[in-house]
This record gives sequence, C-alpha cells and structure tokens, in this order.
Amino acid sequence: MKLNSSAVPSSEAFKANVAGHLEALKVVSDVAQSAALGGGERSRERHLSRGKMLPRERIANLLDAGSPFLEVGATAAHGLYDGAAPCAGAVAGIGRVHGQEVMVICNDATVKGGTYFPMTVKKHLRGQEIAEECNLPCIYLVDSGGANLPNQDEVFPDRDHFGRIFYNQARMSAKGIPQIAVVMGNCTAGGAYVPAMSDVTIMVKEQATIFLAGPPLVKAATGEVVSAEELGGGDVHTRLSGVADYLAEDDAHALALARQAVGNLNREKPATVKWESPEDPAYDPAEIFGVVPTDLRTPYDIREVIARIVDGSRFDEFKARFGETLVTGFAHVKGCPVGIVANNGVLFSESAVKGAHFIELCSQRNIPLVFLQNITGFMVGRKYESEGIARHGAKMVTAVASTNVPKITMLVGGSFGAGNYGMAGRAYSPRFLWTWPNSRISVMGGEQAAGVLATVKRDAIERQGGAWSSEEEAAFKQPTIDMFEEQSHPLYASARLWDDGIIDPRKSRDVLALSLSAALCAPIEPTKFGVFRM
Amino acid sequence: MFEKILIANRGEIACRVIETARALGVKTVAVYSDADANAKHVAMADEAVHIGGAAPAESYLRGDVIVKAALETGAQGIHPGYGFLSENPDFVDTVEAAGLTFIGPSAKAIRAMGLKDAAKALMHEAGVPVVPGYHGDNQDAAYLKAQADEIGYPVLIKAVAGGGGKGMRLVEEAAAFGDALSSAQNEATTAFGNPDVLIEKYIQQPRHIEVQVFGDGAQAVHLFERDCSLQRRHQKVIEEAPAPDMPLDVREAMGQAAVRAAEAIGYKGAGTVEFIVDGSNGLRTDGFWFMEMNTRLQVEHPVTELITGVDLVEWQLRVAAGEPIPVAQEDLSINGHSFEARLYAEDVPKGFLPATGTLSHLAFPDGCRADSGVRGGDTISPFYDPMIAKVIVHGPSRAAALSKMRHALEGCEVAGTVTNLAFLGALCAHEGFSKGDVDTGLIARDIEALTAAERPSAVTVAQAALAVSGVLKCPADALGFSLWEPLSHSVYLRRDDQQITAKIKCHSSNDVVVEVEGNDVRFLRSQTGWRVAGRALSNAVVKDGVVTVFEDYGVAFDVIDALDRSSNDGAASNVIEAPMPGLVKAVFVEAGQNVAEGDRLAILEAMKMEHSLLAARDGTIAEVMAEAGAQVEAGAALIQLEEE
Repeated sequence: MKLNSSAVPSSEAFKANVAGHLEALKVVSDVAQSAALGGGERSRERHLSRGKMLPRERIANLLDAGSPFLEVGATAAHGLYDGAAPCAGAVAGIGRVHGQEVMVICNDATVKGGTYFPMTVKKHLRGQEIAEECNLPCIYLVDSGGANLPNQDEVFPDRDHFGRIFYNQARMSAKGIPQIAVVMGNCTAGGAYVPAMSDVTIMVKEQATIFLAGPPLVKAATGEVVSAEELGGGDVHTRLSGVADYLAEDDAHALALARQAVGNLNREKPATVKWESPEDPAYDPAEIFGVVPTDLRTPYDIREVIARIVDGSRFDEFKARFGETLVTGFAHVKGCPVGIVANNGVLFSESAVKGAHFIELCSQRNIPLVFLQNITGFMVGRKYESEGIARHGAKMVTAVASTNVPKITMLVGGSFGAGNYGMAGRAYSPRFLWTWPNSRISVMGGEQAAGVLATVKRDAIERQGGAWSSEEEAAFKQPTIDMFEEQSHPLYASARLWDDGIIDPRKSRDVLALSLSAALCAPIEPTKFGVFRM
Repeated sequence: MFEKILIANRGEIACRVIETARALGVKTVAVYSDADANAKHVAMADEAVHIGGAAPAESYLRGDVIVKAALETGAQGIHPGYGFLSENPDFVDTVEAAGLTFIGPSAKAIRAMGLKDAAKALMHEAGVPVVPGYHGDNQDAAYLKAQADEIGYPVLIKAVAGGGGKGMRLVEEAAAFGDALSSAQNEATTAFGNPDVLIEKYIQQPRHIEVQVFGDGAQAVHLFERDCSLQRRHQKVIEEAPAPDMPLDVREAMGQAAVRAAEAIGYKGAGTVEFIVDGSNGLRTDGFWFMEMNTRLQVEHPVTELITGVDLVEWQLRVAAGEPIPVAQEDLSINGHSFEARLYAEDVPKGFLPATGTLSHLAFPDGCRADSGVRGGDTISPFYDPMIAKVIVHGPSRAAALSKMRHALEGCEVAGTVTNLAFLGALCAHEGFSKGDVDTGLIARDIEALTAAERPSAVTVAQAALAVSGVLKCPADALGFSLWEPLSHSVYLRRDDQQITAKIKCHSSNDVVVEVEGNDVRFLRSQTGWRVAGRALSNAVVKDGVVTVFEDYGVAFDVIDALDRSSNDGAASNVIEAPMPGLVKAVFVEAGQNVAEGDRLAILEAMKMEHSLLAARDGTIAEVMAEAGAQVEAGAALIQLEEE
C-alpha cells in the first residue's frame, strides 16, 4: 500500500528541520572533503611530480567510468593521531569493474608514506571483512611503507592487527574470492605480503618496489649495497623472482591490467532474491530533511522516512496494529525486496516479539533486512521487568543475531543501550552500518548517564550525612554530559570505524540499494535460530 | 521499354541508375570487381556478375567481359554511367555488335566530340561560339597584331611550346601588344628554343557554365544550365542550377547554342555542353564560348533534375528504348534552385590527398538528397574515386537552397575516414559564393581560409570523452554515485599527435562535468536526454580505436587504450641475449648496420630447435659479440644495439 505523507513542505517546522539538517551535514561534509584530499598540498604535489596518480584518481581509473563508489570509512581517523592520518591513510570502498562489484583498498602515500596507523589496519580489515561477507573480489592498490613504527604496539601484535590482513587474503582466496594486488609504489617489510599473498600481482615499472627489507636495512644487516630497483623493482619481480606477474608502464597501464584481470575472473552474481523493476519513491527523498526533526527528543512517524526510501513509497506493513512502536513491513529498494524494521518509539515487549516474528519471516523467505534505527532503548520499570521485557527483548536480539539474510543498518536518530542490539548495531554484524549526521550513539543518553552517576554520588554523600547542593550536582554532571555529547557524535564514532560511514540522508535510498547489491553478491545461507526464551 | 539492363559501372551512379530502373519495372544486372563483391550497387541489383580484379583495367574497363555478362544474363541494354567506358566509342561498337543497346549516344557522336580541336571546329561551323584565338603558323608580328585586334582585347600571348607561365603575356590594349609580343618571344626562345606563340582571347573572371541537353538522334532539347565554377584544380566541388545572375536572354542564347551543338552531331541521349563564360561584367549573350561536350550523364546531373522535375535516367532509358523525348522544350521550366556538394574521403590539410578507410558510421540528414554508393560499414578503397556521396538540396530560392546545404553538410555523419566536409562547409559560408560571385579562381584565391583547420572545442572533446567512457549510457540510478566527493575518471585521446586528457566527474546521475585542458564542460540530463551548452548532444561513434563526434563536420580522435602498452617484452633492453644455452648457427648482422624491429639478427640452435633472435626495436647494431659456431650459455650477450 502506498504510504501517505502528512508533511507540509511549506511549513515552518519543515523548513526549520531542513536548516538544522543542512547545518549538521555541513560539519560532516567539510571533514569528508578535507579527508578526501589526503596528505598536505606539498606531499600531494611531490606524489604527482613522480608521475603517480593520487589514490582517488587510481580508484576512478580502476573502476568503470560512471561506476558508483560506495566508500567505507570516509572520515576514519578523523581527530586521531593529531590529525596526521586523514581518511586513515587509505581509501576503501565498493565499485564496479567490467560491471562486477569489487572491494578496492588503496593506500594513500601522501599520508605518512602510506604507513599503517591502527585505524588504517582496522579500515583495511573492515574492507576485507565486507569483501569476505559479500563475496567481492579484492583489489589492493599498494603504495605503503608498512607499519607506522611509532604506533607499532597497536598495529602489529594482536589478532586484528597487521597479520590479519594476510590471514584474510589466504582465507578469502581459499573461498574463491579473488585477491589482486597492484603495486604502485613502496611495499616494504610485512606489506610485501599483500602482493605476495595475492592471486595476481601487477607492478609499475621503475616505481613499485617489493622487498622484505629495504636497501638501508640490507646494508646494515649484510653490508650489501643495492638500489631499491635492483633489490625489488618490477623488472626483478616479474622476470627473476616471480613475486609479481605483470609489469606495467605506469599507473594508467597498471590499472588497465587490473581491469583486464577482473574481466577474466569468470564470476557471476548468484541468484538470491526476486528483483522487481525499480521505481522512484512517490515522495522526493530530498524531503527527508524536512520530515525528520533535528532534535532527537521530538517524536515523528518513521513512515515519513520509509515513504522517501522505498519504491513507489509502497509499504506492506506487517502487524501494524500490534506493538506499534516498532514498524515492520515489506517493500522494495530499487527493485530489491527488503524487510524493514524501523523504530517508532521505545521498544515494548510486544514490539520486540513482533520484531522477532518479522525477522523470522524474512529469514524464511530470504528477504534482506533493513534496520532504521532511532531507539532510546527498551522500556524500563517494574511493570515491564515483571512481564519479562528482558525475555522478549532477548527473542529479538536472538533473531537479529542468528539470521543469515543480509542486514543493512542505518542510524537515522538515536542509538542507545540495548535498543542498539535489537536493531542490529555493529556488534550484530550487519553487512553495512551507515549513520546520519544527526544521529547519536552511546550506551545511554548523556543526561541519563550523568543522572545515574549523580544519584550514586548523592547517595554516598547523604549516607555520610553530607549535603550536596543542586549547583554542586550540576557542576558534577556537566563533564559527563559533555563527554557523552562528544563521544556520541557520528564523527567520533566514524573516526573509530564503529560504522561504515556517515552519509547524506538524502542519499539513503542510493546507499541502501548499493549496499544491498553488494551484499547480494554472496549467496544467502539458510538460517538456524538459537533458542528463543519463550 | 527494356526488361533488363546491365549497368557497367559501380558506386553511386550504378545505384542511381538501379533506382530509376526499378521504378520503371526494369530488372538490373550489376557488375563488380574483386574489391566490390559486397558493394552497395551489388546488393541493390537483381543480379550481379563478377568481372575481374580490383584495378579498373581488370574489371570496369573490360568491355568484352561486360558485354559477355550482359549476354549471359539476358540484359538488353547497357547503361555506362559516367567515367570508365561511358565515352569509349569502341565499347559502343562492341555493345551494338553484340546486338545490345548502348544507353547513350552513338559511337559517331562520341568520336565527333572526343577530339577537342576537331570538335571546336565542328561547333564553329554549326554556329556555336568558340573561344576566339589564332593558332596558326604565321608568326609575323604585324600579322599577329592584326589577329589580336580582331579577337579583341584583352588577349593572352602564349608560347606554343610553353608551360608554367613562361612566354605568356596578358595584353590589355592594342598599344601594348608589340612590346608584349617581343618579350614573350624572347622568353620563349630562352626557355624552349622556340619563339612561336599563339593568341587567345583572355577571359576575365571565367565561369564554368554548362547546359544539359537531351537528344533523340535528330532533335534535341535543353534542360537549362548548371554553374560549376567552384572548382579546385579543375575538379568540380559544388555545382548549382540555375547559374546565379543568369539573364533570360543569355540563358536562351546558351540553351539554343547547346541544342545546335547536339543536333549538329545527331546526338541521342543525355549530354552536356560546357561553356567558358566571361563573368567580369555580368553575363552577356556574346560572352560565352564552347569548351567541349560531355557525351554522357554528368556527375552533377541531379541539380538539373531537382529544378526541372525530370528524372534524366528515366529519359535515358526511354529514349534508348525507342521512345520520343518525353517533354517538349516549351514545357520545360525552372523551379527554384539546387546545389550539389561532392563529399569525398580526402585529407584536406594534406593537400586534398585521396583517403581510404572503412566507414564505421555513415548517415545523412533529412532535407537533402544524398546519392551515395556506400553504406555504413563499407570501405573506401584505393582503387576508385574516393567519393562518399553527392549531397543535393533544393529550395525555392538560391539563398534558401544554400542555407539548406549548410544544414545538410552540418548534419552529415561520416566516421572511419577523413572527409572534405569542413571544406565544403567553409565554401557554403564563403561570402562571395553566398552572393553568387563565382568564378573558377575563387577556391584557389581563398584556399587558405577555406581549409583553415580549427582546434576542436572543449565541448567537442568532452563529448568524445563521454562517448569513449560510455558514461551517458550507464543506467541512471547509480551513475557516478559517491558519498561525498565525486571520482574523476580520465579518458586519453590523441589528435594531430597531441594527447588530450579529459577528466569525467559525475556530480549526480543527472549532472556530469568533463574537464578538458582546464575548461569545465557541463552535461545535464533533462526529460529529453542529455544536453550540453543548452543543446542536445551531437551524435558520436566509437569504433576501431577512433571516436568521431559529429559536430564541426565530424571531429575524430584516436582513443588511447591504457592497456595497449608493451612493458612485458623487455623492449627497453639494448642487448640481445641467448634465451637458453645453445650453438650460434648464424649471425646476419654486423656492427653499424641498421635494423628494423622484427629483423632476424641471428639463429641459435638449442634443444634440436632453431631459435631466431629478432630485433626488439629499430636501431643500429653497436657490436656483435658472438660468431657462428660458438657455444653460448643462457643469458650470454650476443648482439648489442646502440643506445637510443
């Protein structure tokens, strides 16, 4: 059934919402744009003067002209390492080569020589994780000096550190997920294993080098004096060592060779869902800004958002009269069938049970799930505890955790507490998790957290017979409120890769469609649910 | 009427004849050479007979083979088209001796007009004006002066043995004749050892105007004139009918003179009487002179057809089949104005060099008649005239027709070869030509301006880049999507040995910007499709590594394929090494010798096989380090090339 919007674009409220969202968007887009530049002006110029393409140029010329590029972690490492690693020193995302979706992970040598900061490692691993879950060929555009030495303790030793990159390559290769490396600059020490572990490796002549130890280390270790090109240049590796397979004249040639390699993969997208002809929503997606209040505390009908995301604004709402604070139903996004799970208020027992029911349905039918998350949490209080809201909430969490259909989560508002779990937060491994600039994420609201801490403190003071003025209490609470405000901001979250990136809400439909398309490159495995506490 | 005819020709004229024959219910037989097996005229005809090799002398000039083909296919008549055998009286004899009808004049008429001097004399007798002059042996100065006086000034004195302008003098008035004559004679003596001169009337601002005639063997009519003054080195470029600024009395006088010429030789069929006309002071009844008669259908016959409404090929077939001329002189009239432009595969910047190529795309706009012997996918071969088409327009007035011609030329889409379209377009925009100020020297005078090559505009380059990228054909829904900053995709093109890089950025699926050498060209998608600079995009085709954008008369770029590089062959090395251990069987080069890429330099025998060692690039041999009979190790340096 087609949804009916009650939005009035000429109203003051609508206009105020638009203004508020544009302001929130600008904060993020400024950060994203400066991150996209990579290193400073001088290092970019030095890079270009060597005849090398900048990272995004490399990606553009690897992908089909006009290919979409769904970037992951566009503002990663923002505000970290004193701003030394814009975009975490590597660009990652999904694009198309000869019409096939691929994951591209591209070092940015203009950022500290492309060395791996902790977030670089995390981003690289996240790119690989997406590729593995979505069955996407990986193309590594390598131009990196290896681990960032001052941060070695946070990039080398642990499970999800540097070594995991090569582990993933081997595991993915074993699963038949192609691993292609294009070495376009340095590729030193541990990094040398990226090309070495790849199925196919291309090197740029007199520009790329691969070695376990560079000339200075060789000289120190054995006294042998050798040039970088003689030690590990493209000629050596394609002619003598066999570490690489193709020798390219320059970046453009190397990228063309990589395209050729993808063209020869002999892969096809599996049949998963029944696609329909795409159709624009009846309501303009750009109106999302007007229908969503900027203040998270103002309630609104999430169907206004759904109407601006799904094909024809048509929504087959399931169980509309039951557990009304959770909206569930079937729709299509650019032709792809989806089951939508969206918050329309706090979660009650009924809403949680309804959610679990609906997730079971979608799992049964192989319908991907889209979570529109705007949740303050599960309802609290004696009545709810005693009716077993934890038990009912656990059903929804079990369903979300167990299902094998692709899940795409979008934070369109608040993401607080256990609501985050029930709505497929990061810990529940959605294929993709995107956030809006107005969203906030934390274990609870800053006010609530400060209130909890203040209550504990007041109890302690009063137990000892002391007194606590309301001014003292306010002063005590403020740092907590400030900390929560800073840490719940999407830029803070995205910098740490708690999500895959902040998006322009008006592009939600495109982002969902591209995410679904990528997710459906992998077959959908049958679901086996855990025990539901009944 | 014939039941079946054979067309002894190829290209557009063969197609033209087939069209009319088909309209009259006459079956057609095409003939073709090796090179034309898949040609358009072969495809159009009811039957086709292979007559020999690609060279005309082995096929289209083989009268005997053609007549045999006609007999074997049961054709009753042979239409010769123009060129090839069309004005060969011996061929006419052969055709008629075989009992077939030659669709054209008699052998006798062709012979009468075939010898230019004799033809002029014949015409003079028939009362047709010929260019006055003295070509006699009497070289007495006073006698020559008297001849010049009689011819009327200005006159040209030319050395009989002359050439290259030597011994030539223009004499404007009687008083100057004596001095001019002696200086011409002196120069002729010096240059050629022969002082003899001839005298001719000097025709100022000469125009080439010809009259279409049609005879039945006794009587003839004329179908008015065509002006073919726009010529480049005697090759007609643009023809029109009627002639601009033609007074009625001059048209009448020229028409009658042409009819007299045709009747004087008992002309049968379509013919053209060419006149040289003094255009210096308006056309006059005493200002035109017979040059020659073409005893065939002319290339430019369509302009006459369009202003008279007559199908000249239909008349040819009817009259050849024994019918009378379909229309009487008094029933012929001129309606409007017509132009024909000859579209050629020519490299204009390289001096109009004939070009070849496979037409990867060929399309003509509405609003013109395009007589063409080729289709998209056909090849312009080096064996024949490189004509692609005749673009013909008709309008109520000369200005209207010329405007239509400009639009038609702008709308012609030819890819796969260079063309003279831009030159034709420049001519149609020429101020003098637009006003009707034509003479045979116009093109030569203004050749530089008419052939000035313009750099392709950024809009043109941008369209080429987009066509190569295929971006605009991507499905709209996700075209160029990006979360924040759009990616910039490079397309590399080459034109005139210069590389051009275009960078394509999709700002949204409806908004694409192409950066060309610092200029941003913006493409926006509207309800009706993509638009640039406020207009719809020009058509463009990408084929065989070339992209052609159909604006500015077609601009072609080579597409640089980033994959098309050869880094893996080790061409950079100057040293030819032994690929494996073996015996040097032979060495074919010595130091200082120049070699070309692929030349065999030596032979190495190893593992029972002989391996040829080839030059990896062009170069000069610096040193030969191996001699025949030597046993060498793998990797041993055998021959060294000099550094590049």
